[in-house]
Amino acid sequence: MTLEALPWLILFLPLLAAVAITLFFQKDEERSANFSIGAVWIGFALSAALLFFTAGKAPLETAVNWLDVGGLKADIGLRVDSLSLLMLLVVTGVGGLIHIYSRGYMHGDAGFSRFFASLSLFTFSMLGIVLANNLLMMFIFWELVGVSSYLLIGFWFEKPSAADAAKKAFLTNRIGDFGFLLGIILVWATLGSLHFGELETALKNNPQALGALATTAGLLLFCGAVGKSAQFPRHVGLPDAMEGPTPVSALIHAATMVAAGVFMLCRIFFILNVPGSMALEVIAWIGGFTALLAALMAVQQNDIKRILAYSTLSQLGYMVMAIGLTAPGAAMFHLTTHAFFKALLFLGAGSVIHTLHHEQDIWRMGGLKTKLPVTYLTFLIGTLALCGVWPLSGFYSKDSILAAAAEHNIALFILGVTVAALTTFYMARLFLVAFLGPAKSDAAEHAHESPSVMTVPLRLLAVPSAIAGFFGLEAFLEKFFHPAEAGHATSFLETIFAPFNHSPLAAFFGLFAVLLGGSCAFSLYWNATRDVLPEKIGLLSRAMRNRFYFDELYEWFIARIQEALATFTDAFDRWIVMGLVRLTHGSVELTGRALRLLQTGNLQTYTFLFAAGVVALLYFVLH
Amino acid sequence: MSVGLEHYLIVSAALFSLGLLGVIMRRNLLVIYMSLELMLNAANLALVAFSRFNNNLDGQLMVFFIITVAAAEVAVGLALIVALYRKRQSAHVEDLVSMKL
Repeated sequence: MTLEALPWLILFLPLLAAVAITLFFQKDEERSANFSIGAVWIGFALSAALLFFTAGKAPLETAVNWLDVGGLKADIGLRVDSLSLLMLLVVTGVGGLIHIYSRGYMHGDAGFSRFFASLSLFTFSMLGIVLANNLLMMFIFWELVGVSSYLLIGFWFEKPSAADAAKKAFLTNRIGDFGFLLGIILVWATLGSLHFGELETALKNNPQALGALATTAGLLLFCGAVGKSAQFPRHVGLPDAMEGPTPVSALIHAATMVAAGVFMLCRIFFILNVPGSMALEVIAWIGGFTALLAALMAVQQNDIKRILAYSTLSQLGYMVMAIGLTAPGAAMFHLTTHAFFKALLFLGAGSVIHTLHHEQDIWRMGGLKTKLPVTYLTFLIGTLALCGVWPLSGFYSKDSILAAAAEHNIALFILGVTVAALTTFYMARLFLVAFLGPAKSDAAEHAHESPSVMTVPLRLLAVPSAIAGFFGLEAFLEKFFHPAEAGHATSFLETIFAPFNHSPLAAFFGLFAVLLGGSCAFSLYWNATRDVLPEKIGLLSRAMRNRFYFDELYEWFIARIQEALATFTDAFDRWIVMGLVRLTHGSVELTGRALRLLQTGNLQTYTFLFAAGVVALLYFVLH
Repeated sequence: MSVGLEHYLIVSAALFSLGLLGVIMRRNLLVIYMSLELMLNAANLALVAFSRFNNNLDGQLMVFFIITVAAAEVAVGLALIVALYRKRQSAHVEDLVSMKL
């Protein structure tokens, strides 16, 4: 078997599992779970093999021609390089653990098989994005991911809120995708290719190839990422997406799908990073603004999953900001570590929710430290990693982003540090209220640890959450994005302390932010039974809790402006377009009615007229 | 007096006109049908005459085809008339006006 077959196998195994489950094993829950879990883990093993075999070699490309119409040549092609390998491992690895966890979490659900079929379909689509070697194929899988995320958010479709959330997520995605498609068309129209490799060479040979359209193209492509990674102003869909089952939140809305936007930006970084393009500037600010906005919103949420959702938004903002600061390596680094610890946090939250019989309000939890020891400990690791406590993984990735900010844009650096402090504050609040202090409800009094099918993935995710920071990931990514300055080997100890050496400012400010946020949270929420923050900051807290009224603003916008537009177009359609149609059909009908009088129904009359016609014709022709 | 092409053509034209008149004037479907056949055969006669006087067999060839097709057409047409008669108990065109709105 050649090496080319491996990525195809990785890509299509989950699809096969999804098809098999849907067609044959709907009733057989055991087997459908096994199929789905098996497909993703075989994918993981094959990805690891690919990593091993392609190490230090040129990127592997394999393609099948699909369309060849005029100037458009579209392949179904797979590209295996460091970037896609890393994402492959994250998607199949983290995804695989979540698959296993789902088996415990979804136990006894009526749609168990359907759930696993959708999970596999999602995995297939996500792998398609990761492996795609051209923009068109990426776009197809991009849409597929949107569909499967719709299926999973609306998994409990009999609940109106879940059905609505699925629709909302799909629509916010679609709006972004429209921009993405326009961007793809623009790139194709100006550069004449969709293939990543060809595009890169074209732009390398002639950085001005996009000309004045560089900014437009970059921003249109960024639209896709805005939709998928839920950046401002399309950030409203993600928190509602928490209506889906918790493993789905962990897989799609923490670890993989939302990261697709960031991944895509890294993939097309060479298009964004052309001289004369303002796109990166805009991207950086939108990312930073989203990070700040979402962090502020997270501070006053009470639903454990919503807090994590806003935190995800905020971290995604961080990654997008990093791309804007021309540090895609840092963005991918943070994406990877974030996938680990955010999946861990979501699964931990799922474990708590599961054991408390679907209680999601943190003010009705508490005292879980001794009752859920594994969940408690792993959640603590995840929290510390997210806050960026040295030497857990989050510290390193956040530090590399802050270092990039310190280097390029001091305003964004301050913003980043503020967000870091806020992150620590809301995560410490969540942790102190939900896990420590007195038990605040009956369910919390009688909680007991989740089954091992759920705790084992927690333990397994805790390991990379803790150590991914100094495991050579950063060097791996640096080598991909800056092959020229190939890294020097560093010793293990040196790597652990590296941030303090090459960007002490960022490292110390990062830690200072953690201390600041943490101590504020401790003083407010240690042993607290109710939230005292609203009394201290009043109006601001209400605004935070209501997400700064963005949903209301959108609603108003839709109700007023869109409604007016709709009324106008309706009138236009009714009076002008339909008037034209009526005129046409009316005149035709009138003529028809007049002509009908000629039809006597008597064959012989027709024959006579026909003969008379022939005679007349002959007369005119012969004379 | 030798019989020339004109004579044949005149007979043919007369037959054709008679047939046409029959088709237009007669009310019985069967008679209309016979008149139609008359028109066809008038055309046949003209074709054969042309063929004979121009020393060219194409016209006669054509006539064979017309006779064959006419035979097939008669079979279908008569069957239609019989079917129509069974349904309407009439073969008169005045009774067959349901095509009119």
